[in-house]
Amino acid sequence: MKIRFATTALLIGAASLAACKSSAPEQLPPAGGAASTPPPVENTQPAGPAVGTQEHFVNAVRGQNVIYFDTDRYNVDSGDIAALQSQAQYLAAYPNLTVTIEGHADERGTRDYNLALGERRANSAKNYLVSLGVSADRIGTVSYGEERPVALGSNPDAWAKNRRAVTVVVN
Amino acid sequence: MKLLILPFVALLAAPLAAQDLGAPPPTTAPLETSEGMPPEEEGGLTGSVSFEGNLDDLGIAIPAFAAERDVATPANANGTGALGVELARVITADLKNNGLFKPSGPDGLPRPSYPQITDPVWPTWTNRGAEMLVQGYVRPRGDGRLVVGCYLYDMALKDELARSGWVVAPADWRRAAHKCADLVYSRLTGESPFFDSRIAYIAETGPKDNRTKRLAIMDSDGANHRFITTGRATALTPRYSPDYRELLYISYVDGQPRIYIYDIGTGRQKLVTQSKNPTFAPRWSPDGKWILYSMAVNGNTDIYRVSRDGGQAVRLTDAPGIDVGGSYSPDGSRIVFESDRSGEQQIYMMNADGSNQRRITFLGGRAATPEWSPRGDQIAFTYIPGDFNIAVMSPNGKNFRKLTDGWQDEAPTWAPNGRIIQFFRTERNTGHTTIYQVDLTGENLRKLPTPVDASDPAWGPILP
Repeated sequence: MKIRFATTALLIGAASLAACKSSAPEQLPPAGGAASTPPPVENTQPAGPAVGTQEHFVNAVRGQNVIYFDTDRYNVDSGDIAALQSQAQYLAAYPNLTVTIEGHADERGTRDYNLALGERRANSAKNYLVSLGVSADRIGTVSYGEERPVALGSNPDAWAKNRRAVTVVVN
Repeated sequence: MKLLILPFVALLAAPLAAQDLGAPPPTTAPLETSEGMPPEEEGGLTGSVSFEGNLDDLGIAIPAFAAERDVATPANANGTGALGVELARVITADLKNNGLFKPSGPDGLPRPSYPQITDPVWPTWTNRGAEMLVQGYVRPRGDGRLVVGCYLYDMALKDELARSGWVVAPADWRRAAHKCADLVYSRLTGESPFFDSRIAYIAETGPKDNRTKRLAIMDSDGANHRFITTGRATALTPRYSPDYRELLYISYVDGQPRIYIYDIGTGRQKLVTQSKNPTFAPRWSPDGKWILYSMAVNGNTDIYRVSRDGGQAVRLTDAPGIDVGGSYSPDGSRIVFESDRSGEQQIYMMNADGSNQRRITFLGGRAATPEWSPRGDQIAFTYIPGDFNIAVMSPNGKNFRKLTDGWQDEAPTWAPNGRIIQFFRTERNTGHTTIYQVDLTGENLRKLPTPVDASDPAWGPILP
């Protein structure tokens, strides 16, 4: 119940913010712009997940701890940039945290190649975070190849969900 | 301080790598050929054999092997007499399961006596639809080992075509049966033997998103199955050393995929190379002195070569793309490998020192996991025009032939004689995996019996 109230409160907050924005467009935006503000501070709620947990990180980046790739590709495309920016902001806000980026491939590949591809994807995500100012020695990588799918079907939708790089907070 | 440090060092010294290993399997002793036997005859179906026709139609009667005396043996709870029946059953199954000839027996066939093994009673075997007769005996030796004799007779000529005998430890009795099947197969086809060999593979259990993958080994017919790892860490892509003393495979036991050399004699393992980088796709050179492996450095994967005994590794590829896998020609002079430097997976050839790299597949579709035949004349690979199929081609990239038509068939491995290819097939949606084999002709596709799902097969050479 508590979680539900909190969610509702957040939603109302967001709605009122949006309403505020549309009803008063002449109001000045907050200094520095949205991109440089720290991520939502969940740790003010006593019941919320603690800093250093994966849950805290995932909540803070609004689920954008995963980026996705095209078949046999490993480049970070425009759709991934917002996710990696929010990850970089979080890592800037919590400079003592380290992460591992897990690279994955879909099942429609040969095993050795998929291991290499997962490694490339993890490194692509890592390099992008480094380009945003995160120190390289805070980011580890591991390839799971095709060994750990999240979507279990054998169809293009499932494969698209499995071609991913997942950022995981190291405890 | 010293007292404090010592226990810490001891903890570190306990090999992390050992944490996923079960009890080691028994080692393989070289098989002794029985004394008093003439050397095996070489050659195939020559003028000395009466049968003229398709070998698929060649009837072979394989009655129970005769026991000199029916005595107790560790090889069979019911004694050497019952063991004689089992020996004939293994030989019959070897030939039948591989689509070779028309074998029959021993169930439903008359049972020759011990003296009749070297002196067949021909009228007993005529009118049974068999052109060939395989007889044999089993005799316990004073030291507890078993002597197994095997004789191949031509019914029309009423003559012996081949004979051999082996001395085996009771636990190795199936090897004598495989040797006999190999003798029959080689004498009648002119091909090299393959039954007396083993397969390493990955045994899979559990749901698709939480698979347990264990290193396992078995005989070529699926018998003597053993798990090497416990399943705590994911194990992948094993390869038997040419002398069967070691296994290369990937384990995630320390978190990263890394290649280990597992010593079958000691049950211990070590890293193939000391590196923080992930290593995968291990391969032996034909002489067992070198190991090829792939290593990713900052995301870029290249192929390296290192001595089996360790030491400095040599990088063989330096393309910015993924260079992975690799398989030596039987003479060790060349390596066929996989690269996506053109933009997609294709097969390339290079000299063993990494020079003269050139693409050999231009098939329209991807091509991956090349494996050089032990005979040297063919390369098997995964052909990916859309679905995944097993195919073969000449080492120059010509004479392409597709052998299978599955939804996802991959990772071919050759029988020791280069006539049969094993691979694994993944079932759509469920993710179930099965090892299959198919002839070089594309015939005789069959599923291998394994206790659980099975992938990444690696067929070893003929046992020493």
